[in-house]
Amino acid sequence: MLDLRLYMAQRLSAMVMIPLTLGHLAVMIYAMRGGLTGGEILARTQGSLFWFLFYGTFVAAVSVHGAIGLRVIVHETFGTRGRALMLLTWGSCLVLFLMGARAVLAVTLA
Amino acid sequence: MIRPHRTHPLWYAYMAHRLSGLALVLFLPAHFYVLGLALTDMAAFDGFMTFASHPLVKLAEFGLVFLLAIHIFGGLRLLALEFLPWSAPQKTLAAATVAVAFLLSGTFFLQAV
Amino acid sequence: MEAAENTLEVSVWRGGEDGEYQTFQVPAQENQTILDVVSWIQQYADPTLTYRFACRVGMCGSCAMMVNGKPRWTCRTHVKKATEGADKIEIAPLRNLPVIKDLAADMDPFFDKWVKAGAVHHPTRTRDDAIETITPDEPGRVEAAKAIECINCSVCYAGCDTVANNPDYLGPAALQRAWTLYNDAKDADRQAILDNVSGVGGCHNCHTQGSCTMYCPNELDPLSAIAGLKRVTAQNFFKRKG
Ligand code: FES
Repeated sequence: MLDLRLYMAQRLSAMVMIPLTLGHLAVMIYAMRGGLTGGEILARTQGSLFWFLFYGTFVAAVSVHGAIGLRVIVHETFGTRGRALMLLTWGSCLVLFLMGARAVLAVTLA
Repeated sequence: MIRPHRTHPLWYAYMAHRLSGLALVLFLPAHFYVLGLALTDMAAFDGFMTFASHPLVKLAEFGLVFLLAIHIFGGLRLLALEFLPWSAPQKTLAAATVAVAFLLSGTFFLQAV
Repeated sequence: MEAAENTLEVSVWRGGEDGEYQTFQVPAQENQTILDVVSWIQQYADPTLTYRFACRVGMCGSCAMMVNGKPRWTCRTHVKKATEGADKIEIAPLRNLPVIKDLAADMDPFFDKWVKAGAVHHPTRTRDDAIETITPDEPGRVEAAKAIECINCSVCYAGCDTVANNPDYLGPAALQRAWTLYNDAKDADRQAILDNVSGVGGCHNCHTQGSCTMYCPNELDPLSAIAGLKRVTAQNFFKRKG
């Protein structure tokens, strides 16, 4: 259930996320070496424009990517189509984006 | 229900990509929720971080990173196949995907424990 | 019944969609194709068995069936190759297509999608013009040459799980045909071909499972053809926006 536009959105969001994911993994490996406390994470990320943009982009890309992926799996597994499928795509995109945005704000706003 | 026509590496690579992607997209809301706690309930957030240092949770995290590694390298494989004019044997690429995923998540696991 | 080593135990699909397997004992030969086995059953055991074949030499594409779970051209598939060591043969009509009766699948959806993929030549010249010369080593011609041996047998279509899960998906054969025409220097409207494979059931639904390339009896490579379509449509996506 992918036309060219959805396909491009899926591949472009994937390409955006490749460096972000590797960066995120590197940060996690670094953070977990010293033992991870909430305060330590937040001290690094809060008030940082860089991390706001880094994780903001990440959340935007993953909302698009995850929603389209879910759409394909649901269509191919349950045969869902039409309005229900559109609702699922936009709904899951919105849920991911809002929850993700909240997390980014929590972690990067002072 | 594995059918005989599916039993080849590329099909397995497709299924691994699908399952890891599905697991990740289902995990994400939980991940976001926990991070969002820092906004509203710092004590709960700290509580979770203590909980997260439990070995079992560490193991689950290893699983997540493993899924992520499978998905990202499987995705790189797809992008390479689709966007680079390719002729190379894909099976080698598919196998390399899994190998690198193991390597990366293994490194993470060793670092974290 | 003959001794076990001289007979094959063959389960054959009987009836329509809700049919069932019927087992026959067929004399084993040193040199025997799956189509020979099916023909023996029809000639000596049950003349009502329905199946399809024509050329018997792998040219017409009418004899494809599922043999032990894999799509095969039966006229050129040896019993020994198809059984892969198993002591039983199970023959069913092609997957992903409606069953008419017994081993005859309804090929209409397969050919309808062939048409839907819009693999129609758009001429650059009229019959009054001289024929355009294409040298064999032109890159487009080399690419097109890879797929012209397609016999429309629907083996790739039957092997593809994206076809199984997504009823709109055009499938490997039709998309490969579109890619072949796209590479034809004599085609006047290549954008029309790309537009036709960019819709809801188009090439972008392919998940690179690769069963098409794996099972194609002529060893063609629809997977690469579809990747080619994806690549070109993606490049055009930016060109047209920009
Ligand atoms: S009978 Fe013609 S291809 Fe098999």
